[in-house]
Amino acid sequence: MIKNFFKTFLLWELLLGLKLTGRHLFSRKITLQYPEESTPKSVRFRGLHALRRYPNGEERCIACKLCEAVCPALAITIESEPRADGTRRTTKYEIDLFKCIYCGFCEESCPVDSIVETGISDFHFEKRGEQIIGKQQLLAIGDKYEAEIAKARIEDAKFR
Amino acid sequence: MTQVLIYLIAIVATTISLIITVILYTYAERKIIGFMQDRIGPNRVGPIGILQPVADVVKLLLKEVIRPSASNIYLFIIAPVLALAPALAAWAVIPINNGWVLADINVGLLYVLAMTSLGVYGIVIAGWASNSKYALLGAIRSSAQIISYEIPMAFAVLGVLMAAQSMNLTTIVEKQHGGILHWYWLPLLPLLVVYWVSAVAETNRLPFDVAEGESEIVAGFHVEYSGIPFALFFLAEYINMILVCFIAVLLFAGGWLSPFEGIPVLNKVFSWVPNVVWMFAKVAFFMLSFLWFRATFPRYRYDQLMRLGWKIFIPLTLLWIVVEAILIQLQLPPWFSI
Repeated sequence: MIKNFFKTFLLWELLLGLKLTGRHLFSRKITLQYPEESTPKSVRFRGLHALRRYPNGEERCIACKLCEAVCPALAITIESEPRADGTRRTTKYEIDLFKCIYCGFCEESCPVDSIVETGISDFHFEKRGEQIIGKQQLLAIGDKYEAEIAKARIEDAKFR
Repeated sequence: MTQVLIYLIAIVATTISLIITVILYTYAERKIIGFMQDRIGPNRVGPIGILQPVADVVKLLLKEVIRPSASNIYLFIIAPVLALAPALAAWAVIPINNGWVLADINVGLLYVLAMTSLGVYGIVIAGWASNSKYALLGAIRSSAQIISYEIPMAFAVLGVLMAAQSMNLTTIVEKQHGGILHWYWLPLLPLLVVYWVSAVAETNRLPFDVAEGESEIVAGFHVEYSGIPFALFFLAEYINMILVCFIAVLLFAGGWLSPFEGIPVLNKVFSWVPNVVWMFAKVAFFMLSFLWFRATFPRYRYDQLMRLGWKIFIPLTLLWIVVEAILIQLQLPPWFSI
């Protein structure tokens, strides 16, 4: 009782609190300056999508529509036609990035490793409708980041 | 004529240096609280974010002054002025060195108490004129709080007055000559604690900022203010904070006196330090503690706040005034010997 009285009256707990914050004043700060620095990213990171090509420049996608079928958010729309050389190719490959839940099922289902999710996590749209990205944009993303995409696939291969 | 001119220049210089101090203080506040919370605070505007307060000021000045259509325009406009004017006026009697004071009046302490009390009118009028329930609640809370804490604060100051036998702030400091142990913080330690907690409550700072209490009443009395009128409230709050720090140093921590007076070696070593530097160093410590409290303590509940003021602080200060009176009667050296 008396001990408790002195404890509250002498503001003991408050001094302990001040001591704690005082210690943290000098502690090392772990803040990451985001645009300049970033945390390490897994090679399995599922970010923006891309369509890949074979090294000879031929697009991988054969319009099997497995990704469209497996997509739980119905974000993928594919239309296909036979090309002049007789192979089946997509004429339309659209992903609605607002519908997409970035589950990675499309990548898992793809038999030719065509559709992949890259490590790109920071992207934006400036106009309504821009969130639906088409075949040419996806291929362009794939062309631009092919080196990183291929590297991530190789690093991850031994865990699959 | 020249006398008036000199005073005018001194007043303008005081005001401008206060505003600059407030600007730097807001930066220090964000930075220090950030560090205490394991963050790094503002660091984007200028090197290590030093220009952040400038950006904030520009933003505030450029913002539109919004007036609620149901508000009383005259009171609404005059309230921030009423909050700021007494906060600035109180500085007239604050000495920062022996003789460095605008008005060396004999009732300096009383004048400061009067001026800090006047500041509450700005808050009350702001809350009333806004015609908003949150603003009104904030104003009521604030006035009740400030009136409650005025009493223990006045008692704490009374203790110093008894010890120094003077209300002149310069005299009070000069009576504390003789090193850190001769200052009044030691015999009047309970009064210093009471004064300091009351000062935090008087300036509506955390953990006693129930007048603002953003989780309950949004922002309290200045919820309807924006732009320059808000900046004036902000300025008044921070100037008041700096003011109570100065008063605490003058009353309890020996003002501009060196803490090493009378200590053989250290006194020699530190004799080159000007008195003003000691003053500002002590003030900086008290100003830091404001931020430290803010980073540490959660907000008091309103009834606890009132209980602390009326049931604990007032009896405690009264008790210590009696103890002090006995000590003065005994002429206990070194503080109370004549």
